Amino acid sequence: MNKTLLSTTAALIGLAGAAAAQCTIEGEGSVRILANDFQALHAVVARAAECASDTVEVTTNETTEHKDIQVAALSTDPAAYTVAVVANGSLVPLLNEGLTRPLDDLVEQYGQNLQESQLIRIDGQIMAIAFMANSQMLHYRADILEENGIAVPTTYEELIEASAALREAGVMETPLYASFKPGWDLGEEFINMYMGSGQPFFEPGSAVPAINNEAGIAALEMMKQMTEYMGPDMMTYNSNEAQPYWENEEVAFMTGWGSRTAAFIDENGATPEIAAETEVVAMPGWGGNGIPATTLWWDGFAMAKNISDEDAAVSFQAMMYALSPELVADPETAALAAWLVNGYEPQPAAAGVIANMQAGAAPYPMTPYMGLLHTALGDNLAEFLQGQESAEEALEDVVAAYTTAATEAGFIQ
Amino acid sequence: MPHRTFSLFILPSLLAMILFVALPIGSVVYQSLFIEHEQVMVEVENCGPFGCTIERRVDAEAMRELREAQPAGRFNGIGTYLNAGHLAVDRIGEIWERTDDWGTFLDQVMNLPLYKALIFTLSYTFIVTPFVIILGFFIALGVNALPGLIKGPVIFFSLLPMIVTPLIGSLVLYWMIDSRGIIGSALQTLVGDPTLSLKASPTLTWVTLFVYGIWHSAPFAFVVFYAGLQGVPKDTMESAMVDGASRWERVRFVTIPYLMPLATFIALMQLMDNFRVFEPIVGFSAEANATSLSYLIYSDLRSADSPLFASAAATSVLTTLGVIILLMPVLVRTWRDFNRKA
Repeated sequence: MNKTLLSTTAALIGLAGAAAAQCTIEGEGSVRILANDFQALHAVVARAAECASDTVEVTTNETTEHKDIQVAALSTDPAAYTVAVVANGSLVPLLNEGLTRPLDDLVEQYGQNLQESQLIRIDGQIMAIAFMANSQMLHYRADILEENGIAVPTTYEELIEASAALREAGVMETPLYASFKPGWDLGEEFINMYMGSGQPFFEPGSAVPAINNEAGIAALEMMKQMTEYMGPDMMTYNSNEAQPYWENEEVAFMTGWGSRTAAFIDENGATPEIAAETEVVAMPGWGGNGIPATTLWWDGFAMAKNISDEDAAVSFQAMMYALSPELVADPETAALAAWLVNGYEPQPAAAGVIANMQAGAAPYPMTPYMGLLHTALGDNLAEFLQGQESAEEALEDVVAAYTTAATEAGFIQ
Repeated sequence: MPHRTFSLFILPSLLAMILFVALPIGSVVYQSLFIEHEQVMVEVENCGPFGCTIERRVDAEAMRELREAQPAGRFNGIGTYLNAGHLAVDRIGEIWERTDDWGTFLDQVMNLPLYKALIFTLSYTFIVTPFVIILGFFIALGVNALPGLIKGPVIFFSLLPMIVTPLIGSLVLYWMIDSRGIIGSALQTLVGDPTLSLKASPTLTWVTLFVYGIWHSAPFAFVVFYAGLQGVPKDTMESAMVDGASRWERVRFVTIPYLMPLATFIALMQLMDNFRVFEPIVGFSAEANATSLSYLIYSDLRSADSPLFASAAATSVLTTLGVIILLMPVLVRTWRDFNRKA
């Protein structure tokens, strides 16, 4: 979806309402934004687009394929985009190629509204600005738990017990939903689970994987136990497809992303009575470690290196306007995510993310070879979960696949 | 035709072949021999909304210098072909050492990525192709026997599976075989097993993909055979009838021999098409239970942060070799025919 917004700016400003402050930008140049495509980001990008004027051109490209084009798009000189909206995972490929620009000077000049926690400093330099936090959290049906006298699970062990109790009581056959679709989703589920052990993914100071150990096997066994209480099609479950199951009252527990929670608790949605009873808490821990089994993510933006100083200045100003406190003054936008911007009051959808942070969850590693491990995990765990392999064999396959890829990419010799 | 005229005659297509076939294949082979430079790593402190951590990072400047010196990467010879993601020579050796009987050995080898993909690709090719030919033939016979009035609409509807984009077709079926979809839940009731899932069981996933493949390609065989049926010589057919041949005998001894070259043509096309099976795997989200060679290439290029070009190139070369081996019998026959005529 690539649209030049010059022509539609007038309409957008009209929609935003006359009460909103006008975006005034010093200088002239062009703002070219590449972003992922979901509601919360759309709110940010739409605000940046309001900055289009006679001297400032704004174009945006919101696409779920952003990760696949960002490196190529920022490698050209001048870069195809001035602003790349990224997450902690997707910033790494840009850093690996050295395609982003330090933002210290711009922050000093235009970043009055930024908070220290928003600045992503790498080796002392500000390389990105974060504006929202995301993580998985446990969604549950408060009414069903109450009717059956089940306490809200705080550990995976309790979650399994609660699921068993619901099945025994004849309330639900398959009360659990987790995104076990092979590929990115399944890899992320294992990474989350393994995070709950507090163990590192790699040998210190090297790219040699360290997951083929007791913690890795225990994490896999826990996932296997979950499959007992998931529907027959669980190997195609992913976060996009969770909602129909939830609204159809087929599941009572779901591990799901904070950025999607708004849709589940939306009382103007398809099933308001279910939405009203949907609540979120921190992700459970396991094995007595007390660490929520999840990774913390931030979404933010970085800026291309190969652009003129004028373009950089107007682009940064446009993003600053987009991320001003007015963004979260609108209650509908505020409810979309756990915003990190100035002036944000925590909303129900963000409760789980904040609870995860407070309980000591760690961020998704920004190590350059983490993506390769993630891919290897996503491709090699399905057979274990379907009972065709042992946990040891599955981890051995993961290590072999990862080592092959990491050797080819030059991380392991 | 004199050799000179012949050469001039084919020169344009020869040039196009070199430009669009030979050169790309050559570049893929070249690419498969190189891997990424050794990454220069530095330790840095990362700070963000969740606190600070020490993490390793690629030194982009140093890497740029390396790449400028050697743009193709590090020479790796046929290392990529032999690694665990492809022919897995070392891992097969290990498995050989630790297994006692052939059953377990084969079982574990078939679990290696390339072999797993290869076995599905071959099964798909050799099961779908004959079924497509047989089914297409019978549809053609049936349609050919219909009265003229309804022939047109029937032909149109028989062609639909081929007209539907493979990805859309497989997505539609994907939702129908869901355990809550019309086919999935009908099967559950029929078998009396509420946990039956066409998506979870590897065997059933394979069967689903085969059935989909036959459904999708049968119209192609049908249309070719149907065209061929219009040219079956009436005299021969009538003399067979005068000789007292039954309908089956007429099909067996007149129609089939006449359509044989077409069957060879369809077999060739289908072998090539089915060997690169890809869309249904994505459409059915079947990657847990079935991967093909094309799917491996796709996943090398798409799933990691940066594409693994050497792996993708090596798999492409192996796939090309596979196609050549598959088509060898036909190629050999063509070569013999050529020599005989010359």
